[in-house]
Amino acid sequence: MAVGVRTKDVRKVYSASPPLGAAGGFIARADAKGGKQPKTQIPALDGLSLEILPGEIFGLLGPNGAGKSTTVGVLTTRVRPTSGQAWIGEHDVWKEQVQVKYLIGVVPQRPNLDFSLTAREILIFHAAYFGIGSKQRNERADALLEKFKLTERANQMVRGFSGGMMQRLSIARAMMHDPQVLFLDEPSAGLDPQTRILLWEIIREYHQAGRTVLLTTHNMEEADALCQRLAIIDHGHVIALDTPAQLKASTPGGFVLRLRFGNQTAELVQRLQSLAGVREVRASDSTGADVYADRGGSLISEIANLASNLGAELSDVHISEPSLENLFLHHTGRSLRD
Amino acid sequence: MLARDAHVARRNAIQLFLQTFLQPLLFVFIFGKVMVGSGYLPPSYKNLLLPGIIAISMVFTGIWAVAMPLIAEFQWTREIEDRLLAPIGVGWIAIEKVIAGMLQAIVAGLIVIPLAWLVLRPGVEISIAAPLTFAVIIVLVAIFSACGGLALGCSINQQHIGLMFGMVITPMIFFGCAYYPWSALKTFPILQKAVLINPLVYASEGLRATLVPQFPHLSRTAVLIALLFFDVLLLVVGLRQFENKAVS
Repeated sequence: MAVGVRTKDVRKVYSASPPLGAAGGFIARADAKGGKQPKTQIPALDGLSLEILPGEIFGLLGPNGAGKSTTVGVLTTRVRPTSGQAWIGEHDVWKEQVQVKYLIGVVPQRPNLDFSLTAREILIFHAAYFGIGSKQRNERADALLEKFKLTERANQMVRGFSGGMMQRLSIARAMMHDPQVLFLDEPSAGLDPQTRILLWEIIREYHQAGRTVLLTTHNMEEADALCQRLAIIDHGHVIALDTPAQLKASTPGGFVLRLRFGNQTAELVQRLQSLAGVREVRASDSTGADVYADRGGSLISEIANLASNLGAELSDVHISEPSLENLFLHHTGRSLRD
Repeated sequence: MLARDAHVARRNAIQLFLQTFLQPLLFVFIFGKVMVGSGYLPPSYKNLLLPGIIAISMVFTGIWAVAMPLIAEFQWTREIEDRLLAPIGVGWIAIEKVIAGMLQAIVAGLIVIPLAWLVLRPGVEISIAAPLTFAVIIVLVAIFSACGGLALGCSINQQHIGLMFGMVITPMIFFGCAYYPWSALKTFPILQKAVLINPLVYASEGLRATLVPQFPHLSRTAVLIALLFFDVLLLVVGLRQFENKAVS
């Protein structure tokens, strides 16, 4: 039976204490007397509610610092939420940790392999922690090493592994106990294209076996290629949630033209709005505007004419075709790469 | 998990052996052999020294065996996460670390006895007057050293390891009554009271009381109560620190 994942109004505020030196450290400073520095409050999640259906590949998409990893942390017992609840299947993550840990497999953003062991030992010990019998764990370790093309290096210490190999081994390890829900935090970051495709195949195959997969990414292509549904997250809450196709269709027009002018006026913005095929114009500052439209390149000559008539010279144009990237821009006013 | 730690310990056995035993053995050699042999110290000092050396070796093996791997595993590589995600309560992982450290401390104590005896011979008279008390003290010392390692390892970042040595370990050794009996401090009354917060004092004095009872020592009951107190205190602090560190 496939297992779903749910969160309700999860908030997480990190409080970063000032560094040791800043607070006076061991050498008391005259001005540090009495006045303890206030802790910096960093809100990471701000009332996040999600429902991931049993057996789907669900993607969390967002820029760095949007709260993706914190969400995964809360769902995998590693980050205690400030408020709110999370469930894996029927189990409350913070009340039934042990049952939850049986159900989940986690691939962290940074490989956290046990550096004191060899690749094969990592898999075997991991299975042993989950109480899998010795015959079965040996067989499974060999199968996974083969699948991730690590058989040749199986008996070497992981200290000397490349980033891509560590990443593959992390994923193999997460699959060792055949979890119902697999969490992948930016699984393809730092992988070469070939390995990425191998990884995608493995994720799809795993999903076809009836497992739920939750992955985070800031790569639009990956989200588009793998996920059945996507949540776009920014500043700790969900700003859009749907299938990739629906999300793309929800951007007005689909095409985005990012324009820059030498001397932009309010009148220019207004006139742009009235061009055929233009759905929406957003002036980002006094020198640029984002135009959402049904068509791309064919609008340029009209825009250039308009601008020169009004004495605002067009200095830069960037056209993007319908994509999740545009959607993100539309919802946040920021590009994913900003 | 214990199997994993045993496996890693076996792999690093030689390194572990050198870092644990070299220093106490050098001490034994200089103080027990050179200083006594050249007449600066009376020969009976050897007997006084042995329990202290055993105590130091045990305590530092225990602290070291728990604290160092924990500090490394909680660093940015977060190596410990695979165990934090194993389907048991987080506290049990800390307990496992303590048991592993405790076993290493006991092994260290048992190895030092014959080694030191080899270096110091002749003239060492050890008699285990109360084997049961001796065993209980050994176990209690092993527990507090491993719990101390847990508490330290979860409170300190990698960049503060040097500080840990300067501020915690070194004073602990020198004020630990390992190289002199506690009663020798009676000319410094304040210091004599102050060192009582150092658990190593009870380890040295307790071993002295059971191995070489002819020398002045703290009463066995006091030692047992104090060791038990430190076991519980450090375990509670260590578990709390571990859970803080494990879950952000």
